[in-house]
Amino acid sequence: MLAAGLASLAGLPFARRVGAALTPSDARTAIAYPDARTGAPLAFPADFGAHPQYRVEWWYVTGWIDRPTYGFQVTFFRVRPGIAEDNPSRFAPRQLLFAHAALADPALGRLRVAERAAREGFGLAGANEGPTHAWIGSWSLVQEGAEYLTAVRAPDFSFDFALARTQPVLVEGDGGVSRKGPDPDETSGYYSEPQLAVHGTLAVGGRSRNVEGAAWLDHEWSSDYLARGAVGWDWTGVNFEDGGALMAFRIRDAAGAPVWAGGTLRDASGRRTTFGPADIAFTPLHRWTSPRTRVEYPIAMHIRAGGLEATLEPLFDDQELDARASVGTVYWEGAVRARLAGRDAGRGYLELTGYGAPLRL
Amino acid sequence: MTPLASTRAVARAAGGGFAHGRGRSVVAILAIASGVALAYAVELVNRSAVSELVSGLAVLSGTSDLEVRGPGAGFDERIYPRLAQDPDVAAASPVLEVRATVAGRDDPLTIYGVDVFRASAITPALIPAPDRREDALRGDVLFPSPAARRWLGVATGDRVQVRAAGRALALRVAGTAGETAGARAGAARYAIMDIAAVQRDFDRLGRISRVDLRLREGADRGEVVRRLQRWLPPGVVATPPSAARDASAEASRAYRVNLDVLALVALVTGAMLVFATQTLSLARRRQSLALLRTLGLARRRLVAFIVAESAWLGIAGSIAGLALGYGVAGIAVRHFGPDLGGGYFGDESVPLRFDPIVALAMALLGTAAAIAGGLAPALEAASVAPASALRASDPDARWGRRGEPWRRNLAAVLGVVAAVAAAALPQVGGLPVAGYASIALLLAAAIAAMPSLARAAVSLLPMPGPGAGRLALLHLRAIPGRTAVSLAAMVTSVALMVSMAIMVASFRDSFEAWLAVMLPADLYVRASPAETGVLTADEQQRMRALGGAARIEFSRSTKILLDPGKPPVALLARDVDPRHPAARLALIGPSVDPSAGPPPAWVSEVLADERGLTVGSVLDVPLAGERVPFTIAGVWRDYARPQGAIVVERSRFEALTGDTSVNEAAIWIDRGTDPGEVRRELLRQLPADAGTTVISAGDLRRRSLGVFDRTFAVTYALEAASVAIGLVALSASLVAQTVARRREFGMLRHLGLTRRQLARMLAFEGGATGAIGTVTGLGVGLAISVVLIEVVNPQSFHWTIDFVLPWRGLLLLAAALVALSALTGWASSRGATRSDAVRAVRDDW
Repeated sequence: MLAAGLASLAGLPFARRVGAALTPSDARTAIAYPDARTGAPLAFPADFGAHPQYRVEWWYVTGWIDRPTYGFQVTFFRVRPGIAEDNPSRFAPRQLLFAHAALADPALGRLRVAERAAREGFGLAGANEGPTHAWIGSWSLVQEGAEYLTAVRAPDFSFDFALARTQPVLVEGDGGVSRKGPDPDETSGYYSEPQLAVHGTLAVGGRSRNVEGAAWLDHEWSSDYLARGAVGWDWTGVNFEDGGALMAFRIRDAAGAPVWAGGTLRDASGRRTTFGPADIAFTPLHRWTSPRTRVEYPIAMHIRAGGLEATLEPLFDDQELDARASVGTVYWEGAVRARLAGRDAGRGYLELTGYGAPLRL
Repeated sequence: MTPLASTRAVARAAGGGFAHGRGRSVVAILAIASGVALAYAVELVNRSAVSELVSGLAVLSGTSDLEVRGPGAGFDERIYPRLAQDPDVAAASPVLEVRATVAGRDDPLTIYGVDVFRASAITPALIPAPDRREDALRGDVLFPSPAARRWLGVATGDRVQVRAAGRALALRVAGTAGETAGARAGAARYAIMDIAAVQRDFDRLGRISRVDLRLREGADRGEVVRRLQRWLPPGVVATPPSAARDASAEASRAYRVNLDVLALVALVTGAMLVFATQTLSLARRRQSLALLRTLGLARRRLVAFIVAESAWLGIAGSIAGLALGYGVAGIAVRHFGPDLGGGYFGDESVPLRFDPIVALAMALLGTAAAIAGGLAPALEAASVAPASALRASDPDARWGRRGEPWRRNLAAVLGVVAAVAAAALPQVGGLPVAGYASIALLLAAAIAAMPSLARAAVSLLPMPGPGAGRLALLHLRAIPGRTAVSLAAMVTSVALMVSMAIMVASFRDSFEAWLAVMLPADLYVRASPAETGVLTADEQQRMRALGGAARIEFSRSTKILLDPGKPPVALLARDVDPRHPAARLALIGPSVDPSAGPPPAWVSEVLADERGLTVGSVLDVPLAGERVPFTIAGVWRDYARPQGAIVVERSRFEALTGDTSVNEAAIWIDRGTDPGEVRRELLRQLPADAGTTVISAGDLRRRSLGVFDRTFAVTYALEAASVAIGLVALSASLVAQTVARRREFGMLRHLGLTRRQLARMLAFEGGATGAIGTVTGLGVGLAISVVLIEVVNPQSFHWTIDFVLPWRGLLLLAAALVALSALTGWASSRGATRSDAVRAVRDDW
């Protein structure tokens, strides 16, 4: 999910500068950020909203649209850069917001992407505490009762979706504290909302239509995310047709070996299993080389999570996001089908970062 | 005769023309060159300055469709979200512009406080490019533009000491501004910081000075402007970015045209000189040209060849002028700034831009002037019947007969009438076109009336006893036509010189008087940077506690927008007593007591003239977001602010705006106390690095007059050139006559006249001619100066000056001119009488 945050930075022409505000060396010395480990167990609705004390935070929605098939992704990313904290100006950049949206269009064969960035203030952009409410101008993600409403306006696509909860919140890690590395400080607060029912309108190619689908929401906040020595990660979130949900991630070092890994499975009956580093394995099945960047990605994966064996197959190959011009990195973020025992069993998203060059947060 | 042979013959004749009068040809070329050089330099400097200004503003406004601008103090930042949320606005970028004093630099640095996220959508020049990514939003860093980096002499990582709101800031250079904005941004000197840091460090919390807007595709800009203007507070306007650019460029136009007219004067004088040179040269070659005619050369071809000679003078002069002009422009920009001291642009240096079209136009102008000057003598030379020219070499006979005197005199009278009528006409497009026409008509009338004037003048001179003087006068009486022609050039240059002298003297006199009224105190304290800097409460306290200070008055100056399409005007809040405003302001015309009705405001002449404001009427002034009515209690003269100024009582300004900051103080010193000592004490008390200046009224006056003189340096230089050219023209025509009269001199020598007597005769002739030219020139110059002062000046600059006649200087000048004319006459006799009498008589074949 981290890459989602980066992705929101990546598309921005100035992200190279702003992204820097995230570097721990700069920020941590200046102010004291809390870490997720010390937090109380998750409490809703407070934890649906922003945690402005933490350095980074994101609400990350991925999903599939049916008839015609699209993948979509919208992310709101909040950063506390740790500067201007004592400046009384209404412009003081105490909290920054980034948003990133992508539409995986099989007819086009690649992603349509758009992004927004702003400092919090004047009601023009913000992330509120309490129920989820993050917005930058006309882009928004708002929680209303058992639904999330999201709106995105991009030059070549736009959508207004209602994402209705069909299952309880899936608390990740140990009571919502998710370990990200061998150092116990390397944690995040983390919960997911799998199996969200999507209803709304999607406008693309000059045509607007009512659509339906299924989505996954991740909400994660942290002050110290990336483990030392890590260059990138693989992440997936899958909604199974039977109502089950799987989240799995591994963080890789320069040699490609896992630095850390974890995941959660909630089966159709609602039984929840948490996985540690030993339980998770990602095995590439098929590699695709981007004709633009020459970066090679393992876009099809075999995943072992405890006793579960699943294969992930991309909706189409080219779901690469090239952000070298801004953030200096390039990654793959795409809609995937999940197969169990060779049979289509679910749909989700796969995120592959750090394959071009080491990712820096 | 074959055409080729004829060409050679004429070419030889033409060559002879140059060979004989090489010195004068060189002078003619120089005259043309000086005219072209001046015109070209003025044009070059101004174009460079304007294009620099416009491209600088264009770069800084990026791709915005609209700019929302306000007064110098900025406006409420809450306007920004309303703009950003307007349905027709696609992107809105707030900017807070401040001027900061930089340690070790005289000029202030413009700093734009921006929100990088917003600026990135509209203004690439206002995006920081930090070397370390984490620096982008920090409050303690500065991103200077490439030009500002050079000016500051800093590299990334260096510290820049900046003075803001009474505090010293050490800002780290963390990168460059406008790296992605392209080369054009490279010349603009500015720096960017995060808007939040600027708000805090420059004491501008809650304020912004501009919002750049990009509109939704298909939005109607005019409609959006109308809609926004309905809710934007008074004094905050939405305009296309080009409107501000045009207004800034437009402001200097009248000034530039005035300089252009000066250049034109130099060209006209150059043309006169070509005329004199050619007349002389053709007089010398009269017989050889006549011979060519008898040998079958067509009249038209002869004219063409003689005109070609003038054209060559023009081309040579133009080329020299372009080179000279480029050099002069370079020097002028370095020493006087890009507006040649006019005060319209910033004082940043600009690179000169070579424009071949302009250069070509200037060269053509110079050549055309030379051809125009040479045309009349060419036609005259060609129209002479070859036989008569071969026989007799008396060109004056023709000049004397040409044209009916009454016709010329009628034309002169009509010219004067037309000149008077033109002087009464209003300006055209902000330019005093009719005023210039009036001056041209006056000159033309003087030239037309010259023969009759000369005849009248000569006949008025008392006839001396037998001797050189009598001979000279007899000669002058016999052939007034030739004298008139030679006088035209002199009258033109003397008239222009005199009119300039009177105008500049009048302006300087009015300026001095104005300074005396506007600077009543003994010491002046000014915050840095000028206009936007602030005297802190601590500084004010120290001034109040100063020993020896009898009285202190503080003043506040800021800028407000009265009209959307015009540059901002100055708003001055001063301690003016409404009952005695004349004690502080150089009031002109009537004033009213505004005890009834809205509070008083005194507007500068520029503003009153431009907006047609009259005393007693009500003017709405946008103050702190409100439209506040003021009674115009008087109009005052202001030479310092070409865009206009409004003075209001400081107490009222503070009550209306809540703004109690001040940027200037005037201190009256106890009688018997040494102002120098008080000044030194004050300097000791004020923080050394604040850049606050303390200056005595006398020094300020001297400095202001220095600036004035520097501004008119171009005019002074032109005057000197004008005198020189006029004298050369006079000498050329005198020499032309002596050459033509070699037979006569030979005869006089035969009759027993000594060379000395001959020289005296010519000196007398020269002196008499010079006196007539000088007196006429003085008269015409006086008339022109009235037009300059009463018509051209107010129409160009919207301010008035009082007519002052610098009669001492003029008398001295007149005496010098007459003496120099006499000397020229005497000198010309040496050449004419060198050849022996026999050869001189033999000239008559």
